[in-house]
Amino acid sequence: MSAHDASDEPTRRDFLYIATGMAGVVGAGAFAWPFIDQMRPDASTLAVSSIEVDISSLAEGASMVVKFRGKPVFIRNRTAEEIKAAQEAPMAELKDPLARNANLPSDAQATDEDRVVDKAKENILVMIGVCTHLGCIPLGQQGDFGGWFCPCHGSHYDTAGRIRKGPAPENLPVPPVAFLSDTKIRIG
Amino acid sequence: MSGPSTYHPKSALGRWFDARMPLPRLVYDNFVTDPIPRNLNYMYTFGGILSIMLVVQLLTGIVLAMHYASDTTLAFVSVEKIMRDVNSGWMLRYMHANGASFFFIAVYLHIARGLYYGSYKAPRELLWILGCIIYLLMMATGFMGYVLPWGQMSGWGATVITGFFTAIPLVGTWIQELLLGGFSVDNPTLNRFFSLHYLLPFMIAGVVVLHIWALHVVGQTNPTGIEVKHKTDTVAFTPYATVKDGFAMVVFLAVFAYFIFYMPNYLGHPDNYTQFDSLKTPAHIVPEWYFLPFYAILRAITFNIGPIDSKLGGVLAMFAAIAVLFFVPWLDTSKVRSANYRPWYKFFFWLFVVNSIFLGWLGSKPAEGWYIPAMQVSTLYYFAFFLLIMPLLGLIETPKKLPNSITEAVLEKNKGGSGHPVGAAAEPQTKG
Repeated sequence: MSAHDASDEPTRRDFLYIATGMAGVVGAGAFAWPFIDQMRPDASTLAVSSIEVDISSLAEGASMVVKFRGKPVFIRNRTAEEIKAAQEAPMAELKDPLARNANLPSDAQATDEDRVVDKAKENILVMIGVCTHLGCIPLGQQGDFGGWFCPCHGSHYDTAGRIRKGPAPENLPVPPVAFLSDTKIRIG
Repeated sequence: MSGPSTYHPKSALGRWFDARMPLPRLVYDNFVTDPIPRNLNYMYTFGGILSIMLVVQLLTGIVLAMHYASDTTLAFVSVEKIMRDVNSGWMLRYMHANGASFFFIAVYLHIARGLYYGSYKAPRELLWILGCIIYLLMMATGFMGYVLPWGQMSGWGATVITGFFTAIPLVGTWIQELLLGGFSVDNPTLNRFFSLHYLLPFMIAGVVVLHIWALHVVGQTNPTGIEVKHKTDTVAFTPYATVKDGFAMVVFLAVFAYFIFYMPNYLGHPDNYTQFDSLKTPAHIVPEWYFLPFYAILRAITFNIGPIDSKLGGVLAMFAAIAVLFFVPWLDTSKVRSANYRPWYKFFFWLFVVNSIFLGWLGSKPAEGWYIPAMQVSTLYYFAFFLLIMPLLGLIETPKKLPNSITEAVLEKNKGGSGHPVGAAAEPQTKG
């Protein structure tokens, strides 16, 4: 650079310097992207986007667990007492006021009827059975509210899967669910 | 290394080599003639012990990888095959599994030594930070290694630890899926953890080289905390440190061997001998013992702090507990290095040690009853030690009178001893 004359005119060397630098930055970024991109869930993982479940054998007071996208989905045919307990819970006592129901607008309130998929079938509760704290699987029909209890860090969910006590921040999420018939549902 | 090199190769081959790539000279200057303080005690031997533990982990790990299969359908079985069918496989695996624990025992003693003698103070800040980076890499390696046997603790430990990232607002879930390669801990997770578990120890080895390099630029501290001022303050690395480090290694490895042969599963968890079931969480999940204090800090935050909910708060507190170590050189305001001359710091240091062990014990307990307030008080002291006591104590504490030199401190200790460095080296563990 010492050979430069004092003029402020950019030289060919300045141009090459900047062009090389820019090509290096863009090139490094483009080169890095596939290394990050390959870490994301791959096509075969994403392909398991919906499953159909036959719930005809699910008697009142029974639960079943199916695997959806590697996570357990709880399907419970709730008893009349459980529905009543969930409906009577005061909204003010809810730690998370939102329904977290993928079938409803995101600002839907966490009333019992907005936690189920179909108001006419309020006994059928479907939710992703992964504690919203750090991802453990809660145990059914346990805890202070007779719903679900996470053994890892002590989160208590009620009979509508709403967080009532403990460190978990959110209600158990309801995945996209559709009734194909009275005894068959599609998740995802 | 300090001063000009005194390496004189005796053989023609040695001279030929030295003129082309002076590696023997480097070793000679740094590990034979290098002058070290004459008053180093056994707490200064853990650097050597850690080096040998890294080699043990690398060797056993490379061999175990020859028999292990990183596939969710095969991983658990392949580990059992190592235990039952592979010749000496049980010993190699127990060496590797207990080796991780002993690596952490040594590193915690090494860190405690640094905190007690103020080894992090100028001009050794970078040396300390490189050590913190090694510790961070060790934690990542230890965590990912624990996932590989694909037991219940493996899978659920990975679920909980990657779950920390979901606490980050907006991008948390995206980051977690990036780490897992899916929506839950599964085959992609196991494969990438295996790959990284194999890589990270070599990165540790690289940072260890930088750590030792930095050490040899600034020289070792010593129990008095006074810098070396004169040749009589030092002895040669070989034989003094070599023999002392070697003896400490033998004792340490003897204890290690006792665990391998007599209580190989004492530091493990029986649930990890059950294959991972992604639909069933064990009743009580705990991380490996060396993460327990941080696990207690995570669970101590059961309350929301303004806009930060308890989940994010717990995760932030846990990461802060590690991050605060990086700032120790600037948090401690005292001009005096060694706790030997700082009566109040000495008291708070030992309280910190007891508190850390207590936090670890709490970490193994369920988050209920009186354990929760105990975790909160203990977490408070953990942070107060670094953020309040360290900065304030340096300003208000009156240190004891420092000796004029290392030699004076040693002579004061063994009255009537010879002033000659060789005589003093007969009892090199003497504290100032």
